[in-house]
Amino acid sequence: MRRPPIYGLLAEFDTPTQLVTAVRKARAEGYRVMDAYSPFPIEELHEALHFHDRRLPLIVLIGGIFGGVAGYLLEYWTSVIDYPINVGGRPLHSWPAFIPVTFETTVLFAAFSAVLGMLALNGLPMPYHPVFNVPRFALATRDQFFLCIEAIDPQFDRDITRRFLQRLDPLSISDVEH
Amino acid sequence: MTSPILKAREDRRPPIIAPGHTFETVTDRISRVVLRKGTPRGWIVGFALSFSLMMVLFYATGVLLLRGIGIWGIDIPVAWGFDIVNFVWWIGIGHAGTLISAILLLLRQEWRTSINRFAEAMTLFAVACAGLYPVLHLGRPWLAYWLFPYPNTMGIWPNFRSPLIWDVFAVSTYLTVSLMFWFVGLIPDLATLRDRSPSRIGRAVYGMLAMGWRGSAKHWHRYETAYLLLAGLATPLVVSVHTIVSFDFAVSALPGCHATIFPPYFVAGAIYSGFAMVMTLAIPIRRFYDLEDFITMRHLDNMARVMLATGLIVAYGYGMETFMAWYGGNRYEEFLILNRFTGPYRFQYWLLITCNVILPQLLWFKRLRTNIPALFVMSLIVNLGMWLERYIIVVVSLHRDFLPSSWGIYAGSIYDWSMLFGSMGLFLTLLFLFVRFLPMISIFEMRTLVPEAEVKEEPV
Repeated sequence: MRRPPIYGLLAEFDTPTQLVTAVRKARAEGYRVMDAYSPFPIEELHEALHFHDRRLPLIVLIGGIFGGVAGYLLEYWTSVIDYPINVGGRPLHSWPAFIPVTFETTVLFAAFSAVLGMLALNGLPMPYHPVFNVPRFALATRDQFFLCIEAIDPQFDRDITRRFLQRLDPLSISDVEH
Repeated sequence: MTSPILKAREDRRPPIIAPGHTFETVTDRISRVVLRKGTPRGWIVGFALSFSLMMVLFYATGVLLLRGIGIWGIDIPVAWGFDIVNFVWWIGIGHAGTLISAILLLLRQEWRTSINRFAEAMTLFAVACAGLYPVLHLGRPWLAYWLFPYPNTMGIWPNFRSPLIWDVFAVSTYLTVSLMFWFVGLIPDLATLRDRSPSRIGRAVYGMLAMGWRGSAKHWHRYETAYLLLAGLATPLVVSVHTIVSFDFAVSALPGCHATIFPPYFVAGAIYSGFAMVMTLAIPIRRFYDLEDFITMRHLDNMARVMLATGLIVAYGYGMETFMAWYGGNRYEEFLILNRFTGPYRFQYWLLITCNVILPQLLWFKRLRTNIPALFVMSLIVNLGMWLERYIIVVVSLHRDFLPSSWGIYAGSIYDWSMLFGSMGLFLTLLFLFVRFLPMISIFEMRTLVPEAEVKEEPV
């Protein structure tokens, strides 16, 4: 596929309410490939974008189970198989004493999965992204709210989309260079 | 549904953020502390003092490495002295940070937002201080890696039935998870600093740390899931860590340590001392950096209430220990309690009861909870009391055990004291660096408290 001449169109809004309304209207208009940017998490926003990603809890669950099993097996193998010590005939597989470490390795692996999983799914670290080419975008981490309709959207047309965005009453509209 | 009476009472309490703030003012007020040109003189003086104190720690550690742990006051029968007292004290202080950031998040306590960031930083630095002591107590600290299970030429493995190995896993997991939790919370604020920093170096360094964060709604969605899951993991973790710390004592057969009440009573004590430390730090910081709009009387009042509640749990623990010594009918336990009350360490014991049980009852009074200097003094008293508690548990239990022929007396040497105060220097040095280079209040979470942050949509 040929690369479109620009990455997309970026509209700037003043309040979270305006941004959520804009996203809903853009969906209703038929746009699908877009993203919204805000200085803090807005619950309504991902709903408005119809974006749901439920993979992360599963990754964390798998990480936690792996950590717990690995921790327990480490204890079992070292204390029962590789280095058994007979202390007054007490059982080698003394499972109650193995629980604290199993618990800690479960939490450790689950936490690593949560952080690394979140970063990986979000594609971070990402040294370059086209939206940063718009100078006003620096305000996305302060007090402004942005909607970017991307040029790879099948319905995207530089003029029609710009006119559509204008009707949403934004503070500014900019072309996003690649 | 909240009842109208409760709602009216809620409205009378001071707000969690002063009125009149917008996204812009919140961002600028907090990031200004980091991005301002020049460093305030007060910071330089405070940093210099803490740094000098840290050098005392380094000196004492240097002597320790050269001459061994004989420079400390420990001996038989008291082979665990200041090192374990300080270890438990510091790690307990750290727990309040996790409590504020994780447990209060899960309970939807919005007031936590302005204190969670530096409480988490406090956790990290306190755990760093705590971690020093058991390692230095090893005798040959350079072999500390023997504690970890790794395949080695000696063909041996750690003993996983020992609480001391559980401790290694608990503390190192706690440090790692706290660090990740803190860093994940920082990412959006690092992006703010990247976009607002006037200097090239600032933009480059904050930019690298922010990893290209751009506030995308899709990213926020996963971010919030991850943050919530981390909070859910950190909550049982913090309880497990202090429980395992208490196992170091409770699993032994020593009177005064061998008690099933230890885990819950240690966890409550940890939260108690941790909140006291958050208050000790928050009161000067909010004043010095003009942050009274964000850390309001409401926060101080709430922290005082948590201190009061956990203080009562700790008082119950002391009461139960004494009751069980009598009710259990074990003559060694009975002797231990009498020895606490009237033995050579009675002064420390009664000072502990005064600091931890008697004086904190003043927190029942609203007049005291709204009096900032009094709260500050109270937080120092609780810090002292909690240190003494660990001193009593460690030293009094060890110095007179079953056989009078093996009794002894313990006192910390000059090196013990220099390591205690030196570790405070390390803690404060790290804290000074933190408030200078990173936002000490979570900016993006403060933005969500601004009234405009609420999306007001007409029902479709």
